[in-house]
Amino acid sequence: MPVIDLAVTPLRELNQALHDLTSGSNDTHFEVINPRGNHAVAVGVDQPVTVDVKGSVGYYCAGMNDQATITIHGSAGPGVAENMMSGTVVVKGDASQYAGATGRGGLLVIEGNASSRCGISMKGIDIVVHGNIGHMSAFMAQAGNLVVLGDAGEALGDSLYEARIFVRGAVKSLGADCIEKEMRPEHLEILAGLLDKAGVADARPEEFKRYGSARKLYNFHIDNADAY
Amino acid sequence: MCGIVGLFLKDRALEPHLGALLSDMLVTMTDRGPDSAGIAIYGAPDPVRAKLTVQSPHPGRDFENLEHDLGAAIGDKVEVVVKDSHAVIAVDPEWLGVARAVLASIRPDVRVMSSGETIEIYKETGLPKDVVGRFDIRAMGGTHGIGHTRMATESAVTTPGAPPFSTRARPGPAHNGPPFHPNHLRPELVREGMTFETENDSEVAAAYLTAEMARGKNLGQALDGAVKDLDGFFTFVVGTRSGFGVLRDAIACKPAVMAETDQYVAFGSEYRALVNLPGIETARIWEPEPATVYFWEHEKAA
Repeated sequence: MPVIDLAVTPLRELNQALHDLTSGSNDTHFEVINPRGNHAVAVGVDQPVTVDVKGSVGYYCAGMNDQATITIHGSAGPGVAENMMSGTVVVKGDASQYAGATGRGGLLVIEGNASSRCGISMKGIDIVVHGNIGHMSAFMAQAGNLVVLGDAGEALGDSLYEARIFVRGAVKSLGADCIEKEMRPEHLEILAGLLDKAGVADARPEEFKRYGSARKLYNFHIDNADAY
Repeated sequence: MCGIVGLFLKDRALEPHLGALLSDMLVTMTDRGPDSAGIAIYGAPDPVRAKLTVQSPHPGRDFENLEHDLGAAIGDKVEVVVKDSHAVIAVDPEWLGVARAVLASIRPDVRVMSSGETIEIYKETGLPKDVVGRFDIRAMGGTHGIGHTRMATESAVTTPGAPPFSTRARPGPAHNGPPFHPNHLRPELVREGMTFETENDSEVAAAYLTAEMARGKNLGQALDGAVKDLDGFFTFVVGTRSGFGVLRDAIACKPAVMAETDQYVAFGSEYRALVNLPGIETARIWEPEPATVYFWEHEKAA
C-alpha cells in the first residue's frame, strides 16, 4: 500500500499518481499522511481505489471523485466532494461550507456536522450527515437525497427542485418554495437504504420528516416575484 | 480574498512566543493575500509608558533626531525605537494626545499606525514573510495579536491602506471580505469626531467599533451592534487592550476556523493557519456561527 506523506511529497505528485492509475492497477489502497489542511487533496480520482487521508484537509478534498472510496480521518474544509460523480467519500470529523456541492452521484457521509450550504445545487449525489447542517443547505438542489440526523439551519432547501431532504431534528426555517411533505412507504424505503449504506445503525426512517419542493417557482409567475 | 489570523493567549508561558506563533500563522496565509501584511501585537501593559507606533515613507529623514525633537516640543522625555519604516514612540500616557498632535506638525509625513498602552501595529506592502522579517515580529512577545494578509480589491495597495487599523481608541480589527458598503457609515462617524487616514473599509469598521465603545459599550456589545449596522460580507477579528472578538456577517460565506485549548484561542481564515500551534491535535476546532459574537477578555480568561 503506497503511503504518501504530504509533509515531504508535493500535492501535485500525489494527485498525479492517483490520476495515472489505470483499470486493473496493482495499487488499490493509498494512505495520505500529514495533510495539514492542504487544499485539493485526492481530487479527480477516477478509479475504484481506496484513499485514506489521515488528518484534516482544506478546500475541495475528493472533488470530482469518480468511483473511489475516500475517507478523511479528520475534518474537511470548504467544498469537500464537490461535483462528485460516483464512489464514496466519508468525513470522520466536520465539514465546512458547501459540502457535496453540485454532486452528480455517489455517497458523501459526514460523521460530524456540516456547515452552511451543504448540498447546494446537488444533482444526484446522496449526502448523509450524522450531525447538524448550517444555513442555506440544499439551495437549488436538483436531484439526489440529503439526509440529516441532527438539525438544519435557516432557509433549508431554498428554491429547491427535485432533491429529497430528510431531517430527523429541528429545521430552523424553510427556504422559499420548500415545504414539508408526506413520508410515504417508498420514501421510508429510500431512506432506510441510505441509512444502511451510510452505516447508520441508531436512526430509524420513521423518525425523519421529508421536505421537498412546492414546485411554485419552476416557471416565472408574476405573483411569485417576491420569492425569486 | 485576504487572510486573517488571530491569537489570544490564556497561558502566560506562551507570551514570549506570541510573535513567532502569529508570524507562522500569517505566513501560511500568504496565498490568500500577497499584496501587503499587517500585524497588531498587544504587549504587556506599562503603567508609565504609552506607545505610538508610527510609519514614514522616509524613515531615515523623519526618525533621525525624532526622540530629541519630539521630547523638546512636548517638554517631556520620549523614547524612540526605530524598526525599519516604523518607529515605536514611548511617552508618558498623559502626553500621548499632545505627542500625536505635535508629531503631525514636526513630522507631517509620519502616519500613526497605533496609539495606546499596549498595542503596536506594523504594516507594509509585500509578502507576509518579508513584512514580519522587516519588523522582527517573531521576536516580539505579547498577550494577543492579529495579523492580516491583503489581496487588494477595493482600495489601493499602500502601506497605510493595509489592515489592521486602529483608530484613536483601541480596537484593531482585521477584516476579510469585499467592500461591505462602508460609505453610508463614514459621514456619520466623521460627524462623531472620527478621522480617516485611508479609503479602506476595515478602517471604517475600526472607527465604528471605536465610536460604539466610546459610548460605553465593551467590545462584545459593540460587535453585537455591528451585526445589524454593517451591511455586506465581512469577518472581523478584533483586539482591544484586554479583549479579543470575532464576528462574521449573517451570510458567512467568508471562511473562518477557530481553535481553543487551555492555552489559547486562535482564529484563521483556514485551518492550515492553525496547524503549527501547540496542542492543535486535541484543540476544540469549530467554525464560528454567522452573526454571532465571540468574545474573550483577559481578566475573565485568567
